[in-house]
Amino acid sequence: MPTLTLIEHNGTVHQVTGEIGQSVMQAAMFASVPGIQGDCGGACSCATCHAYVDDQWQVRMPEAESTEADMLEYAVGRRATSRLTCQLVMSEALDGLVLHLPESQY
Amino acid sequence: MSLASVVIVGAGQAGFQVATSLRQAGYDGRISLIGDEPGLPYQRPPLSKAYLLGKIGATNLLFRPEKFYTEQRIELRHDRVTAIDRQNRRVLLEGGEALTYDHLVLATGAHNRPLPVPGAELDGVFGIKTMADADTLAPLAKQARNVVVIGAGFIGLEFAAVAASMGSSVHVLELGDRPMARAVSREMSELFSQAHRRWGVHLDFRQGLTRVIGDNGRVTGVETSDGRTLAADLVVFGIGVIPNVQLASEAGLDIANGIKVDANLLTSDLHISAIGDVACFPCLQNDEQPTRLESVQNAVDQGRTVAARLMGKPAPYSALPWFWTDQGDMKLQIAGLSSGYDSTVVVGSMGSAQVSVLCFRGDQLIAVESCNRPGDHMAARKILARPPQLSPTEAAATDFDLKAWEAANRD
Ligand SMILES: Cc1cc2nc3c(=O)[nH]c(=O)nc-3n(C[C@H](O)[C@H](O)[C@H](O)COP(=O)(O)OP(=O)(O)OC[C@H]3O[C@@H](n4cnc5c(N)ncnc54)[C@H](O)[C@@H]3O)c2cc1C
Ligand code: FES
Repeated sequence: MPTLTLIEHNGTVHQVTGEIGQSVMQAAMFASVPGIQGDCGGACSCATCHAYVDDQWQVRMPEAESTEADMLEYAVGRRATSRLTCQLVMSEALDGLVLHLPESQY
Repeated sequence: MSLASVVIVGAGQAGFQVATSLRQAGYDGRISLIGDEPGLPYQRPPLSKAYLLGKIGATNLLFRPEKFYTEQRIELRHDRVTAIDRQNRRVLLEGGEALTYDHLVLATGAHNRPLPVPGAELDGVFGIKTMADADTLAPLAKQARNVVVIGAGFIGLEFAAVAASMGSSVHVLELGDRPMARAVSREMSELFSQAHRRWGVHLDFRQGLTRVIGDNGRVTGVETSDGRTLAADLVVFGIGVIPNVQLASEAGLDIANGIKVDANLLTSDLHISAIGDVACFPCLQNDEQPTRLESVQNAVDQGRTVAARLMGKPAPYSALPWFWTDQGDMKLQIAGLSSGYDSTVVVGSMGSAQVSVLCFRGDQLIAVESCNRPGDHMAARKILARPPQLSPTEAAATDFDLKAWEAANRD
């Protein structure tokens, strides 16, 4: 099972294990990590599951599809490394992924 | 105000949210979340779309796993509240217990309006509301050859798109003259009519049914108002919902198309709030008219508003309504409320199915409906969050771009 590291804006670190096929948003929610709201439940309609990919990982990420990219344009505090975590699917390839959580989603 | 105990009736989207937001805000008292459905609280939107298609499993419908409720000290009870004893501030449970509250939140949601024709009780006739409904429906939908959908609202059309993609022949009966008429503009209705026809869905407007026909207790067809018989091995209806107000009305709370609440989402009893599908509130985006909305956004934001008030930060509810529906490859996102619009401006091309319809009342932009233009939707949410200055003339200019306008007109 792939493991993720989620780092809150205040520095708190969470190690989260998710199931393959589950979204990163869901894995984070199931681990009760604060800082991911996921209001629309993963329908790519709310942009409240926003996170920043760690620089080390940025090059290894699958590209965002157009809906995600469009939604991201309006995510609060958007950066080049922004992703919507409901659109990132847990896989062996993402094992070890490090994400930083924005301050806005509290 | 220090509250020792908050009791929440209804463990759906709104009830879950108020419980979670209370803990997030540091509430330390007792939280009882009472729901009459089996299992853990879950989200409904995928029930008529991704869940039916098998794209997401049951676990992923859950808001949180079981341990969350223990960790957060949210007492989740599977029970039914049968009465509110306002005088003694307690609720009575079907299981026989009574729970006292300092504040009570009613988040009882709504139930499907039943199909008002003979034969509605036959096997193979469904409304979709609960996970249990979807679980029974899913295997039947896979096998069905002839599907009749009653009602071209969001849920009916979402299901029609699913059934068509599974290879069924799908026929939709709708009393009105266009799909989703209560919620979207004519232009957007037209775009979705075209799409459904493209997917092979047969849309029959100004058409009701007189009865459901069956054989040995199972549905075999429906009889339309104009006297035709349509074969059906599955009938799914989505003809609106009725708010679950019984508890509140028996307790003597004010009722008006839902439980009547003020701008702070308080009922006529200061110790009782109502939120979500069941609450009828003065809606800022609807001229403060009593309004009842059925959406995730409304449930979530009202849950947050009540939690904040209980934690000493009262604020009138003012969140901008937004909504989405996914049908086939079309994602419709709506910001604002279009009811009462008198003119529209279409941005994008109807042919490409990437369209935003801007709805105006007079010179005022009141809603933006975006199909496969999520950037426009997000821009619209920003624009509509304060009194928008965008005029219909400006929007109608050639090459008008909503995102660019938003960027240029930010504070
Ligand atoms: C199939 C379907 C698809 C949808 N798709 C979308 C969508 O795409 N986008 C969107 O924004 N919205 C969608 N919605 C609407 C959205 O799910 C609802 O608006 C939302 O769930 C409302 O939340 P609620 O908490 O008010 O009510 P609910 O989620 O319905 O929860 C109310 C709960 O209270 C329980 N209850 C009632 N009375 C009692 C009692 N006396 N004692 C104990 N428990 C009680 C009920 O059984 C229920 O579990 C959809 C709804 C359905 C059914
Ligand atoms: S959960 Fe809503 S966009 Fe990801």
